[in-house]
Amino acid sequence: MLDQLREPAFTKRGLSRTSRVPRRSPITWVRGGGLSTLLFLAPLLFVFGAFSWYPIVRTVVMSLQHTNLVQPATWVGFANFKAVWHDPLFPVAVKNTLYFAGLALVFGYPIPLIAAVLMSEVRKRRGIYSALAYLPVVIPPVVAVLLWKFFYDASSTGVFNTVLGWIHLGPYPWLQSQQWAMPSLVLESTWANAGATVIIYLAALTGVQTELYEAASVDGAGILRKVWHVTLPQLRGILLVTLILQIIGTAQVFLEPYLFTSGGPANATLTVLLLIYNYAFGNSLGGDYGKATALSLMLAVFLAIFSLIYLRATRSWSTR
Amino acid sequence: MTDGEGGSGIISPAEWRKPSIRFTLTALQWLLLVSLVVVGLGPIVWLAKSAITPTLDTIIHPVSLFPHGAAWSNLREAWSTVHVGLYFWNTVVIALGYWAAQIIVATTGGFALSVLRPRYAALINGLLLGTLFIPGVVLLVPLYIEIVQVPLVHTSLIDSYWAIWLPAGASAFNVVLMRRFFDNLPREIFEAARIDGAGPFRLFWSIVLPMSKPILGVVSIFAVLASWKDFLWPLLVLTNPNEQPLSVRLPSIESQTSLGVFLAAMFIACLVPIAGFLVFQRSFLRGGGLGGAIKG
Repeated sequence: MLDQLREPAFTKRGLSRTSRVPRRSPITWVRGGGLSTLLFLAPLLFVFGAFSWYPIVRTVVMSLQHTNLVQPATWVGFANFKAVWHDPLFPVAVKNTLYFAGLALVFGYPIPLIAAVLMSEVRKRRGIYSALAYLPVVIPPVVAVLLWKFFYDASSTGVFNTVLGWIHLGPYPWLQSQQWAMPSLVLESTWANAGATVIIYLAALTGVQTELYEAASVDGAGILRKVWHVTLPQLRGILLVTLILQIIGTAQVFLEPYLFTSGGPANATLTVLLLIYNYAFGNSLGGDYGKATALSLMLAVFLAIFSLIYLRATRSWSTR
Repeated sequence: MTDGEGGSGIISPAEWRKPSIRFTLTALQWLLLVSLVVVGLGPIVWLAKSAITPTLDTIIHPVSLFPHGAAWSNLREAWSTVHVGLYFWNTVVIALGYWAAQIIVATTGGFALSVLRPRYAALINGLLLGTLFIPGVVLLVPLYIEIVQVPLVHTSLIDSYWAIWLPAGASAFNVVLMRRFFDNLPREIFEAARIDGAGPFRLFWSIVLPMSKPILGVVSIFAVLASWKDFLWPLLVLTNPNEQPLSVRLPSIESQTSLGVFLAAMFIACLVPIAGFLVFQRSFLRGGGLGGAIKG
């Protein structure tokens, strides 16, 4: 209580000794610590100004221009957006990205939650469980993808096909068929990322008040009902956050389609980000930066609107 | 996170004493452990085994438990003939600069915004939080063009490690994390230091930084890991193969290398992250939970 009373006065004075001087001239500003504050902020302002805030503004400008780095940029209005919109690959990329995000939710959303709830009830050596779950997260993604690419070998002597052959399944074509390629990508991506979510859930599970479980037990609830009526409602805030973070993340999937299949076979794994990459860097004759920035803006605006609607729609539910 | 009796409390002691529940739960947990070993550890153990297995053996018997004959030469050949050693040190140098940039920006910026609190702090905080909501893809193309043609100074940072280090500093997540940690340090200590005559630099170096070791550790670990995992950005800005890190080189050398040597190269690329994870496990797992805490 005392701290709270004292804190505003302290922060208003900051670290200065002379800020009681009513008028603010440059000299009192320097004496008051204004200059050293600015010195401390200098790295942040420089790095964010140059490599975050400026490029964000630049994206908007570039999406309205025709730029190829050689000739001076010309204003073209919304022509880039129109060109992207009418690109026959655009609906393919959108559909594939939605498919990837949807499959990733089906595979990747319930598994970490079930694993975390089970792990939270482990009585001995719980550390081994979380370490094993987190291990794939620290593997460099490029290594993970190239390793899985070998596992996905479509011949009957491929690693996965051999293992599935033991139980008389397959051989499956994995990355080589239009139908199987995307699920294969999602499977690897889930393997690579699920551990991080498990750790987030485990941290959140320690925050659930044990009194609630005791009260539920007294009321005669069994284990499954306690999970359903106590654990999940208590986790709903974090569950909503991980859901939206996963959707935002999977909407920007690049590495898996780029390294596994380069968007193939027959564009079956061409995602929005891969299309952006192809616009900007895929053409050796020079990139179409206008179309690339236009598409990335469209994706960003879509994600922003989606997040806003999502947060608005779930707000009452998540804070109840 | 206490071990032993209790768990997180979903199962009450009375329920735990029932043999049926105890048996089911133990079975489920063993099942989970076995699948975690197979799924989490399996691919890495397979990679380690195959890194020292002759190429032909890996191709003919990809899933045998033990190799028929060892080929330690895979590792040696990868390190020197395929130049994985060079790429490894490139990766290390890139990671060190990446780490330094993130730490410098996050600590100084967090200190100014949390402790010094100028009048315009609210504006900067707002801009930082704004960038948290911008997907990274928006920055890709303009950032690349900015590196190719640096404004004002009119040079190119292509093939310079600064092209990776400088943008790495712009992590709003780190600054917000650091600021929140500084916010929770006791203000009385700052005031006492001020009365004793410590200026802002002394306060930063001798008081705030030493008190922030836990968060510095977490940010450092995740900075090095993020740098080690980075692929697309180094691929774009480093065009000279002799300067590229492992993650960029691995896909390119795949076609020119025999399988055994290539798998050995991939294993070498995993060593540092895995060793770091084993040593700093606690920070990893604690820091992993932070991702949810800050956004929740």
